Amino acid sequence: MNDRAVPLLELRDASKSYGAVRALRHGNISLRPGEVRALVGENGAGKSTLVKVLGGVIRPDDGDILVDGQEKIFHSPVDARNVGVAVIYQEPTLFPDLSVAENVVMGRHPLGALRRIDRGAMQSEVERLLDRLGVGLSAERPVRGLSIADQQIVEIAKALSFDARILIMDEPTAALSGPEVERLFGVVRTLRDHGAAVLFISHRLDEVFAICDTVTVMRDGAVVHDAPIDELTPDEMVKRMVGRDLSALFPKQEAQIGPPVLAVERLTREGVFFDVSFEVRAGEIVALAGLVGAGRSEVARAIFGIDRSDAGHVEVSGQRIPVGRPLAAMRAGIAFVPEDRRLQGLVMDLSIARNATLTRMRALTRLGLIRAGAENRLAREWAERLNLRFHRLEDPVAFLSGGNQQKVVLAKWLATEPKLLILDEPTRGIDVGTKSEVHRLMSELAGSGVAVLMISSELPEVLGMADRVLVMHEGRVTQELNRDDANEERVIRAATGVQAA
Amino acid sequence: MRAEAATPQTASSAAPGPGRHWRAALGRWETLLVGLLVVTAIAGQAISPEFLTADSFTTGSLDLSEIALMALPLAMVIIAAEIDLSVASVLALSSALMGYLWNHGQPVETIIPICIVVGALCGASNGLLVTRFGLPSLAVTIGTLALFRGLAFVVIGDESVTDFPTTWTDRAFGNFAGTFIPNSIVLFALLAVAFAVALHATRFGRSIYAIGANEEAAYFSGLRVKRIKLILFTLSGAVAALAGVVISLRNSTAAANVGQGFELTVVTAVLLGGISIFGGRGTIAGVILALFLLGGIQKALLLSESISSYWVQIVTGALLVGSVLGPNVASRVADARRRRSHPLLEEGP
Repeated sequence: MNDRAVPLLELRDASKSYGAVRALRHGNISLRPGEVRALVGENGAGKSTLVKVLGGVIRPDDGDILVDGQEKIFHSPVDARNVGVAVIYQEPTLFPDLSVAENVVMGRHPLGALRRIDRGAMQSEVERLLDRLGVGLSAERPVRGLSIADQQIVEIAKALSFDARILIMDEPTAALSGPEVERLFGVVRTLRDHGAAVLFISHRLDEVFAICDTVTVMRDGAVVHDAPIDELTPDEMVKRMVGRDLSALFPKQEAQIGPPVLAVERLTREGVFFDVSFEVRAGEIVALAGLVGAGRSEVARAIFGIDRSDAGHVEVSGQRIPVGRPLAAMRAGIAFVPEDRRLQGLVMDLSIARNATLTRMRALTRLGLIRAGAENRLAREWAERLNLRFHRLEDPVAFLSGGNQQKVVLAKWLATEPKLLILDEPTRGIDVGTKSEVHRLMSELAGSGVAVLMISSELPEVLGMADRVLVMHEGRVTQELNRDDANEERVIRAATGVQAA
Repeated sequence: MRAEAATPQTASSAAPGPGRHWRAALGRWETLLVGLLVVTAIAGQAISPEFLTADSFTTGSLDLSEIALMALPLAMVIIAAEIDLSVASVLALSSALMGYLWNHGQPVETIIPICIVVGALCGASNGLLVTRFGLPSLAVTIGTLALFRGLAFVVIGDESVTDFPTTWTDRAFGNFAGTFIPNSIVLFALLAVAFAVALHATRFGRSIYAIGANEEAAYFSGLRVKRIKLILFTLSGAVAALAGVVISLRNSTAAANVGQGFELTVVTAVLLGGISIFGGRGTIAGVILALFLLGGIQKALLLSESISSYWVQIVTGALLVGSVLGPNVASRVADARRRRSHPLLEEGP
């Protein structure tokens, strides 16, 4: 790497806001020829926004993009590709029934006489590319059946066939095994030696240290650190990823901790999570922390019976509940506020009242008929208790703001008077005001003896609300921390698989 | 710190006004149907003075009674975001079975329940294919459309059975207690009330809307999505078989080729009634209005001496397309209007 070389791609002071949320500020990053740069940060730190700006997927509100020192505007991903930027995503997007060669040259097949596809030229061109990457992959075979790792290689070959000089890899190793990671690193080194710049995004810090020359750390939407990798230790890097003031107020009340409500015993779902055991007691708030994809939501879904588990069992107040039946879980006293409010939590076309009472229809029924009066009373009661802002209860729930929609989801589940409340990302994408209302509500519920299991990717929320934190890493619970022992570094270290220093 | 400002409240700022209810009523699909009914009545009367007579109602409604019956469960199926195109073939299978059993000396009192049970089984097999194997109902019921019709021919072949006892055929063909309303329409009215109550006032009905509008959220709310869908397909089959009984007795003819193409008319009636093809929306009242409209248009075309009867098919097809297109265009207009007046409603990612 040459420090003085003109960067192939540079972003200067870019920013991007979505409404009131600033997804990116002080977006500064430069990629020089022969450089492998790491981009690290917590979930939601703004990494994907930065990548989207570099890839031409979104246009920044402010700031400049420079290619070879020249200012450029990317109107679309095609513009970015034309100057040599290629983004390789975690999940490859290939055509499974076409051959490797066809996938690589898709849209730019070499043409022969009469504009027919010149198969010979295509084959040899792709073979040359694969050779250059140093991988023994046949250009003729179909993509179907290739491992994720091999499909990523095909994506890289595709990028090179566009003469990409800047490769952005978004968590490429997330789905790879050890030897596959090694081979990918071999490819990355080859590219580097040929003068390409690589931006490598990963949550695995050991990999970052193994392959990268420089590192950009992001936190809360801003680039906070930019240095050669050997100036930092893993511990220092974690500190910079986290290092924020824990000033946000969390209204955690003292609650009487009672007997166990939920007992999860060696719960396993093949390939997703393994051997998960824990308890949640009455009045207790337990947080499941970890990175996106660590298996937290999947554990919650299995407890509520959305997905079937392969082994282990779940007990509520000592009663074992059947596998894979949401209704049975509901009757046992579990309520589940899912991750995706719009897709899983609410029926957007139905009214506020109908949504809020969807879980209580049985209780509202007399002689087989739903009593409309009782339905409206119940909906109104919960709307008032949760301080819902609405115009009319008959309005579709789609008319409400995100925070108020989340209140309807909460109303719907609190109306079942649950013994255990599972909240998956309860405050994602909602405004600060509603957020603290949700936190206060959680605290009140715990105070009244409800057991709460919360999944959150926001560390301040986890640390502020939880009595106990369970950290998951790659499908397993790897750490259990009491409220007094839990801090951001410990949680992040366990979540990223960095062993305690 | 993340820069966050409290999002401005939007829901409570929607302008209320005295005109609101009026506009809401005017915007309803049912209102449009009533308007179209009036237009049809005027046009029909202009075509022939016979149009607005009791006799014309009797014959017109009689012709449509099987379609009307089948439209009720199909409305529920479509609200649940599924479809059943095999209804006309179940009707034919029921008719064929009726002829076969009558030829083999069974009394009509025994035949009717058997036919309905067989129809329910046909519907249940559609439902099982859809719910257990996760197949799209469009593909499944196109398949069983051919399959059940084929079975009907296996049961009775090309022959038709025409010697049902007159006590039964009179019941099916006759009018109710000296009025001009056919018995088959009285049967429809009873079922329509039952279906309307079930759809609009019970847990079952609420679940159907939730499933159709967002199946995943319905499942996450503890609704038994698969079971409800299975019940809907079974109901559809049973009512189609009942319609098969009615049409056989009414025409005194049981055969495997009855009701060819009826599925098109039934689907038209349901969609014209304002049931969304994408599920989650519509009312039984709308379907009933659409049936009146469809019957009125068909009757007017038949009474007309200058318009060829082929136009019935053309009009049916056009109504089908129009009823899918209409709400689609309307909702786009409404969305655009809403966005213009509430730009803040648009959510960030």
